[in-house]
Amino acid sequence: MQDGREYIGIKEIVGPLIILEKTHNIGYNEFVEVEDKNGQILSGVVLDTSKEAVVVQVFEGTMGLDIKRTKARFKNKPLMIPVTKEMTGRIFSGTGKPLDRAPYPVSREYRNVNGDPVNPTARTYPRKFIQTGVSSIDGMNTLIRGQKLPIFSGSGLVHNKLAAQITRQAQIVGERSDFAIVFVAMGVKNDVAHYFIKNFEDSGVLQNVTMFLSLASDPSIERLITPRCALTFAEFLAFNLGYHVLVIMTDMSNYCEALREISTIRGEIPGRKGYPGYLYSDLASLYERSGMLKDSKGSITQLPILTMPNDDISHPVPDLTGYITEGQIVLERDLHNRGIYPPVAGLPSLSRLMKDSIGKDLTREDHPHLASQLFASYARVKDVRALASVIGEEELTPLDHQYLKFGESFEREFLSQDEYENRSIEQTLDMGWKVLAHLPQEELNRLTEEEILKYFAG
Amino acid sequence: MKKENIIGKVRRVNGPVVMGEVITSCNMLDTAQVGEEHLIGEIVKIEDAIITIQVYEDTTLIRPDDPIYGIGMPLSVELGPGLLGNIFDGIQRPLEDIQKIHQFFIKRGTQLPALDRKKKWSFAPLVKKGENVKPGTVLGTVQETKIITHRIILPSPLQGKIKDIKKGEFTVEETIARVETETGTEEISMLQKWPIRKPRPVRDRVPATAPLITGQRVIDTLFPVAKGGCCAVPGGFGTGKTLVQQQLAKWSNADIIVYIGCGERGNEMTDVLLSFPELKDPASDLPLMNRTILIANTSNMPVAAREASIYTGITIAEYYRDMGYDVAVMADSTSRWAEALRELSGRMEEMPAEEGFPPYLATRLAEFYERAGKMNTLSGQNGSVTIIGAVSPPGGDFSEPVTQHTKRFIRTFWALDRHLANERHYPAISWIDSYSEYLDTIGKWWDENIDPQWSLFRSQIMELLQKEVRLQQVIKLVGADALPDSQKFIVESCRMFKNAFLQQNAFDQIDMYSTVKRQLFMLKIIVRFYQHGAELLKRGFTLLQIKELDVYKKILRMKFNYSNDELDKYETLLQQVERMLS
Ligand SMILES: Nc1ncnc2c1ncn2[C@@H]1O[C@H](COP(=O)(O)OP(=O)(O)OP(=O)(O)O)[C@@H](O)[C@H]1O
Ligand SMILES: [Mg+2]
Repeated sequence: MQDGREYIGIKEIVGPLIILEKTHNIGYNEFVEVEDKNGQILSGVVLDTSKEAVVVQVFEGTMGLDIKRTKARFKNKPLMIPVTKEMTGRIFSGTGKPLDRAPYPVSREYRNVNGDPVNPTARTYPRKFIQTGVSSIDGMNTLIRGQKLPIFSGSGLVHNKLAAQITRQAQIVGERSDFAIVFVAMGVKNDVAHYFIKNFEDSGVLQNVTMFLSLASDPSIERLITPRCALTFAEFLAFNLGYHVLVIMTDMSNYCEALREISTIRGEIPGRKGYPGYLYSDLASLYERSGMLKDSKGSITQLPILTMPNDDISHPVPDLTGYITEGQIVLERDLHNRGIYPPVAGLPSLSRLMKDSIGKDLTREDHPHLASQLFASYARVKDVRALASVIGEEELTPLDHQYLKFGESFEREFLSQDEYENRSIEQTLDMGWKVLAHLPQEELNRLTEEEILKYFAG
Repeated sequence: MKKENIIGKVRRVNGPVVMGEVITSCNMLDTAQVGEEHLIGEIVKIEDAIITIQVYEDTTLIRPDDPIYGIGMPLSVELGPGLLGNIFDGIQRPLEDIQKIHQFFIKRGTQLPALDRKKKWSFAPLVKKGENVKPGTVLGTVQETKIITHRIILPSPLQGKIKDIKKGEFTVEETIARVETETGTEEISMLQKWPIRKPRPVRDRVPATAPLITGQRVIDTLFPVAKGGCCAVPGGFGTGKTLVQQQLAKWSNADIIVYIGCGERGNEMTDVLLSFPELKDPASDLPLMNRTILIANTSNMPVAAREASIYTGITIAEYYRDMGYDVAVMADSTSRWAEALRELSGRMEEMPAEEGFPPYLATRLAEFYERAGKMNTLSGQNGSVTIIGAVSPPGGDFSEPVTQHTKRFIRTFWALDRHLANERHYPAISWIDSYSEYLDTIGKWWDENIDPQWSLFRSQIMELLQKEVRLQQVIKLVGADALPDSQKFIVESCRMFKNAFLQQNAFDQIDMYSTVKRQLFMLKIIVRFYQHGAELLKRGFTLLQIKELDVYKKILRMKFNYSNDELDKYETLLQQVERMLS
């Protein structure tokens, strides 16, 4: 019908938004091609439409646009990207345009980047343990295939190193399967992207990695569309082609900032710290695009990375993320400063899917109780340390001293490992028992008598 | 369904909020359908000739001048046999049927009836020709699932005389009876509709006296909720709200469970869907799905339908209450519902109150929790709706508006504590910040039905826990060694109570569910152990000597070692404790 109607000249430009008046009836969320005076094509979508005016958000930003010569072509469809297997291994911009000088992908199939919500009845519950070779994760915060498990980090911490290590080492024990990686960069520096590319190259998986890059130098609004393009492609790989897809998204904090920017410009009522009230739903529309489906071989596992402003876990970005994802790996500055790698915080980290996916026949029978015991005992260490800082170590009871020893050993031996050290789950669990040996047996009330009899070395 | 006609045309689209110009008159809160795909919505505002519609589906490509259809009735749910064991979205579309059509994803514009139109149900009448019937009269029954008998009740406001009534196999739409009323003959089928925002009528509210038994010790023993009561579970992310709700959905002694996943994870609904058909209800020994209805409007589904989902759920709950059942509604999470309200209000450019929430947030919360209660229904039987609402405060800070307003309308409060969750002390229900205002009545129930000493033991342990809080403050300043043995023993006994009693692993086969008798034994054992231990200390024993007693170790492991069926072992252990002094 009204396909491809074009307007020359617009009414107003407000930040990344352009406003047009006296148009034909334009659809909400309709895709718009914006052409600047030099013939460069930008993409946008309609945020608000009425008989009076239409508001279009331009992803590449509005720099260089003018009122008179800007053209807007309304496409009568939502923003779509092509999906084809040939896109694997390639590099795209934040809006899905090729950056690798190879031609624009051709496909008969185009998909709406917003996707559709997965029907809960079509899902199947993720249960397969992924061995990352990292004790703090495998032992205490197990990653499951199809899980969305973010890394909560802080500026200057080693989240990239850890994410790279996980990508290198992640495997399902005893299984070889088709896997693919989708790497999404949002507002990160070029060197971060290169660090990952180098890593993928070194571990020989680069041809399985598809990248969507919206770097720090790119317009910020573009980031809003980048993860959507990437997840649309990931869904295609996983649910149509049967791949196990690992999606790394970094940095979600930049994404949220872009959302805040648009919201502020539109004059919406701000929620906490100026972020829009719908930040939760918006983030959910990304994070929920993960998991496993009943009638499909593939899966999408998400590893989003975010940096917590001021290391504050109650900041809206980590807070709302934690409310949506299935746990979180929290990195701790204190451990980092003491030279412990990976500095995975012992207590606030959590994997919600581990409960049904570890134990007898899955990892090892003692795993659930052992993990619970390590958490409990380490929590006690934190209390004793707090106490020691008040009354001095000399005043502590003998038992308290044993806890301090355990804590030290837990951090130095169990948590710590080399960036290239790949521990099997057995090694991880044995290490857990080894550090527990600093404690008297009576203290281990999360473990059964049989487990203690069988594994305890104290 | 009344015939639809064009009532207006679209003027503006802003996300799920659509404004339209009125062509023919329409009513506030009527259902409207937008565009050629007939996207379902509800008229939430009428001002001059402009209507505002909140649309329950994605409004992509809806444009000015698109038609708006009216169907002349408010947003309603379908009520009748076939609800149990089913899963619906926020506006009661059957998700399993949608999957059959669209496979993985939920596509918009799908219109399917909530209840299966082809399935035949065996209807057995309870009234005879010529009998006088009025709203609430049970016309007959259908065995809906193995455990639930569905009572077909004459809907209000009908009354009159039965002209004829049939027995046999019918679909939900077929006529089962005809009633002669003052205005003519009415055909009655098993299918009824009810507007979701309107509470179903009852005769009377009656006092809620019996506890909802949940099998969770910290709940049943310390902070019980009454059948027909209201309860909130607030907690930061990952503190265990969903797990508590799932535990209750599994083990509580309600007859019917309505589980509303309101703006939460898809996988959690899948988890329930996959595990409930496998799990056995402790009372009937039949799969839990036989008594469960799921409403799933997950976080990535349209936000307006999330707003509707809790009303859909509570209306279905009231319907089963009216049959005389005790229904428990789990709403996870009411904060996501409040956020949906906030988003819609913002898009309608209403004046915000605290933190952007609309000024009517408190009223809406009150209206929702008001729909709980133990009622004398129109059929004369008592039934109840218990509401357990999860609250997800931003940053885990309970001073925010949703938690604060909710607190005004609920009477049991299970405060989830981040510190406990971090230690993996589950359920992370704080024994300091939680409370139950039902204790007086429920205490009587325990004393009369289980053991006359229940209230006594409960208050003794609560007193000990309070003492321990103060002692912990002292320890933080000077260390435990500075305390006398008698006080150290209080700390030790409380630690024992926390480990051996309060902590209850939802995944432990023996411990996930505790019968009331077992709970009582465990409580008594620990309290008596403390009392005798304190006496031994007075007699000159040391703390170490007490900790080396055989009973000490046995108590710490009793929850793993002795199951619900092995009450004799608890009895033996209690006797052993009673002999500590000799
Ligand atoms: N009673 C319990 N027994 C064992 N584990 C538990 C228990 N309660 C909670 N957990 C653990 O805590 C995790 C988080 O619980 P849950 O998903 O219920 O949190 P939540 O409060 O609903 O979080 P959110 O607000 O993010 O949805 C679970 O995945 C489980 O590992
Ligand atoms: Mg939850």
